[in-house]
This record gives sequence, C-alpha cells and structure tokens, in this order.
Amino acid sequence: MTHTEPAIRIENLTKRYGSGPTAVDALKGVDMQVDPGEVVGLIGPSGSGKSTLLKSLGAVIEPTSGRFTLAGEVIYDDGWKRRDLRALRRDRIGFVFQAPYLIPFLDATDNVALLPMLAGVKNAVARATALEMLTALDVQHRAQARVSELSGGEQQRVSIARALANKPPIILADEPTAPLDGERALAVMRILNRLAREFQTAIIVVTHDDKIIPTFKRIYNIRDGKTYEEAGEGRAV
Amino acid sequence: MINLARRDVANHLGRYLLTGFGLGLLIGVTLTMAGVYRGMVDDAKVLLRAGGADIWVVQQNTLGPFAEPSSLQDDVYRSIEGLPGVAETGNVAYLTMQVRRAGKDVRVMVAGYEPGRLGGPPFLVAGRPIAQAHYEAVADVKTGFKVGDRIGIRRNDYTVVGLTRRAVSSNGDPMVFIPIKDAQQAQFLKDNESIVNDRNRLAANPAVNRPGQPGLLKAVEAIQTSSHRVNTVLVRVQAGHDPRQVTDNIKRWKHLTAYTNADMEDILVAKLIATAAKQIGLFLVILAIVSAAIVAFIIYTMTLGKIKEIAVLKLIGTRDRTIATMIMQEALGLGFIGFFVGKFAATLWAPVFPKYVLLQTNDAVVAFGLTLLICALASVLAIRAALHIDPAEAIGG
Repeated sequence: MTHTEPAIRIENLTKRYGSGPTAVDALKGVDMQVDPGEVVGLIGPSGSGKSTLLKSLGAVIEPTSGRFTLAGEVIYDDGWKRRDLRALRRDRIGFVFQAPYLIPFLDATDNVALLPMLAGVKNAVARATALEMLTALDVQHRAQARVSELSGGEQQRVSIARALANKPPIILADEPTAPLDGERALAVMRILNRLAREFQTAIIVVTHDDKIIPTFKRIYNIRDGKTYEEAGEGRAV
Repeated sequence: MINLARRDVANHLGRYLLTGFGLGLLIGVTLTMAGVYRGMVDDAKVLLRAGGADIWVVQQNTLGPFAEPSSLQDDVYRSIEGLPGVAETGNVAYLTMQVRRAGKDVRVMVAGYEPGRLGGPPFLVAGRPIAQAHYEAVADVKTGFKVGDRIGIRRNDYTVVGLTRRAVSSNGDPMVFIPIKDAQQAQFLKDNESIVNDRNRLAANPAVNRPGQPGLLKAVEAIQTSSHRVNTVLVRVQAGHDPRQVTDNIKRWKHLTAYTNADMEDILVAKLIATAAKQIGLFLVILAIVSAAIVAFIIYTMTLGKIKEIAVLKLIGTRDRTIATMIMQEALGLGFIGFFVGKFAATLWAPVFPKYVLLQTNDAVVAFGLTLLICALASVLAIRAALHIDPAEAIGG
C-alpha cells in the first residue's frame, strides 16, 4: 500500500434484497473514499442503508453490483474477488460494535490475541501484540482480567484493541459510543482518532450520536440508499 | 492457538460439571439397566456352574427342572451310573419357598442334595459343609443368615453350618442347601390335619379298603406318603468322553430326557427368562435412545446459548473448523464426565439392588465408546446450527 492509495474506495455499490416486484434496493449506487489515518462518520436515518453498507464493507453480505477496493486490492467488482472472505475479515478489516461483544470465556489479552492467532501467528507473539494494543488503549493493567471483570469502558477499549490486533487498513465501527455518556463518548473518539493516526488505519464510524458527529472532518450522509459527502466540523477531541 | 473449548468450560465450570453430573446419572441408570440384564442372564447360568454337572437328567419329554416340572424316582441314578462315560451322579430336588429371618420373609430356593455328591454349594465362604444326614443347611449370604442361625423349613428347623456366595435360582432367589432326604420330606410332608383327612378318605374308599385285605390300605397309605422322588439327576462325565454322546445314551436307553449344560443354558436363557430379558433389553434400548436425545439436546442448547459469541468469532475470521472443534471438544468432555460419573454411580448403587446387577467391564467399554459416539453425533447437530449462524448477527441493524 502506498500513501497515495485510499484505504477504501467504493464505486457505485448497490445492494438489492429479494427479486421481482417485492425487491428492495437498500443501496442505490454508493460512492465513498476514505484515506489511511482518516476517521469519517457515516450517518443517516433508520432504514437508510447504513447497516447494509457496513455489512457489505465488512464482507458479511454480498453487494449486488459495484466495485470495492481495500488498500489497493480490488475486493469486489460485480462479484467477490477473494474466495476466503473470512480470512479477509480477519486480516484486513477490524470491527468495533455498539456492545463490545468480547468472547466472555477469554481474558482481555486472549480476546485481542485471538485474531493474530487465527492468522497463524505464534501464541507468544500474538500475546505480545495484544499487550501492545492494550497498552495503546491504556488497559494493559487489565490484561489478565476476565471480560466479566471489566467495566463497560474497559470492554469497549479491549474491543478496539482487538479490532487493531492484525493492523488492518480499515476499521468499521458500528455505533461505538451509543451506550456512553458525553465525556466517555468523546474519549472513545479521541482514542479512535489517535489510533487512526498512529496505525494509519481508516476508520468508518456509523453513528446517530449527536455528541460525536461534530468531531468528524468528513461525513457521509446516507439517505435512501445513496451517500452524500458532507464536510464536518472537525472539532478537536 | 487458544483452546476455545477449555476456556469456555473454565468460564462456567460449575454449570458444565453440573450438566455432566446430570448426564452421568442418566448414563448411570442406563449402565445399571444393562447390569440388570446381565445379572438376570448370569443368575440363570450360575445354577449350572454351581451344580458341577455336565448333564442334567430329567423326566422324559420335559424341560425340567426349572422351565417345567420334572419328577424322577430317586434310584434312577443307579442305572445311569452304569452307562459308559458317567463318572458321578447326584440326586437333586428343588423347591422355591419363603422362609423367615428376623421376622421378615426371605424368598429362597431350597436345594436338596446328597452331601459329598453333585448338586451342592460350589464353595463356602464361611463355616463347613453339611456333615450330618439331617437338619443342617448351607445358605447363600444373600439370604442374610449367618453360621449358627436356624432356618425353619416346613415343620423342621435347620442349623446353618456354612455360607456360600452367588448361589441363586434363575429368578435370582438365594439358595439354601439341605440334605436330599430332608428336601424330599419338605416337598411332600403334609400337616397333621391333612394326613388324618387323607387317611379317612382312603379308609372310606372301598377300592383300597376291602374286607379281607387289611394290608392293602396300609400299603396305599405308605405309597402316598412316601417321598422317593427327585427333580433331576446331575451327571458328571468322565474325562475323554463326549457329554453329547452320554446324553444321547441316557435318552436312548433310560427313557429319560437329558440335557448338556449348553442345552440347559439355552433353556434357562432363551426360554425361561427370554421374555423378561427382552423386556429389559427393550427398556435399555429406549433408555439409550432417550439418553442420546437428551445429550443431543443439552449440547444443542449449550451451543445455541453462544450464538452471539459464535457470530463474533465468525465475523472476526475464525475458521469453521475451529468453531466445530470447540463444540465437539465440549460435547466429548461432557460425555467423558458423564460416563465416569455414571460408572461411579452405577458401581455405587448396584449392590443396593435386591437382584444381582452385573456391571461388566466389556459393557462399560462399549458404553464409553457409545457415549463418546453419541456425544460426537449430537455435537454434529450443534455444529450444523453453529455453522449456520450468520456473522452478520454480530452487527446490529
């Protein structure tokens, strides 16, 4: 990947559910581009297609048509260009959810180390990487704690560390601040911005949260299956 | 790579162990039922082993002495002993009855035999063999009697002089061995009122109480109250002779029916206890199917309880094989715990059963294999469900 290449580029992406007269076009030609180290917002009313777009970018559902490039690699061009989408998700896409969705039977370190381990990295190296990520998220002191022993904020930070574990070019964050109050929500955004710069990772944040929308420099507003790029306030966090 | 199954189990160890314990009790019941079946078959065979005979001679055209009544004169053995290949014989009479011990009824099978000949207890665990001609007994320990105790059989009391073990009837009733003469008497001895009534009836019968023939009535009375009959004659064959050949000779020349041990085993197992054994066998099969269904349900439910975690695992790129391995390992672990709890429980409660429960190592090995197989098969359902979980479930909306 060169610095001139966008982390993610989407061209005319469509998604149709069903067929015939009952078919629903959830995405009607979405265009989007996010550069490495950039944090962009994806906003829109319920039913506008945010989740469909997120699932398409996460290689969880297959778009109907269009083109999707990830760090210079064409992933989708009217059909998947990679056979092993699971490996694609594991190695090149990070996920942060509204709820942390950590694996409850693993401790904080292993929750993060699991991803490199799944990629074939040796246990010791994976755990060292995990500790590095937990340190970056300032939760290294809870490395051995079980999920149930972590606070909500700590869990969310561990989940962000997990998303970063394989140093993917893109992180998809689905309402990561929804359950948090204003200050904590801004703290999460502060972390995401810092990590994006530090690891040169593009982060797409799907949100409804008015508290964090002013922090984006760029926003994609999705309405009726189409994206509209808007300039954000880019308020410092 | 992290062992996900081990971590998952460790995370809710108590619940997992409790599930394994519950499953173990179910497996324990299944093992016990198999043990009841085996015990029933073994009970049927133990009498054959205990008798020390190669051939059982019974009344002609009967399946006696257990499956059908059989009655022989007690001097038949003399002519049998004259046949080639016969090493030893023994008269035996069996009667099933109820005796009292410490105020409670004990169902026993009384076996009358000639001390020193075939048909006696196979070995003693306490006391001595019967040495006197009358009123001594050797009892199976399961009767509860101890050496020195007295057993009331009909109108006589017998002193327990020895104890044996695993001497039971085909019904599982413990045995009491007494001298053959006493057994014959017990079989035919009537109470005083009956004897007086029978004498009066005979005396009133002009056919046996004819004037001028005073000896006839006495002779008939004597015949009626005599007890010179036995149920079977046991035969031991000389070394080098074929029991089948000796059996054929007895049948051909003595107008009796004779069975080898194998024939008698077939009568006892395939005829006498066949229906009961089939009943238990069928119940065992149903129990095994129910257990398998419950195992499948437990493992399936356990997996469905982790839908969100599995969706996240799939979303972050965990291979199907890793998820399947986790479910399979947890299922096998459950089967492993369940089997050993079940085996322990069955071993613990088997002696409490009133009838013999025979827990065989072979059955345990087969049950272990079946448990793991059922768990593996049950986990296939759960794995299928897990692999159908959409990773999109981890993403809201």
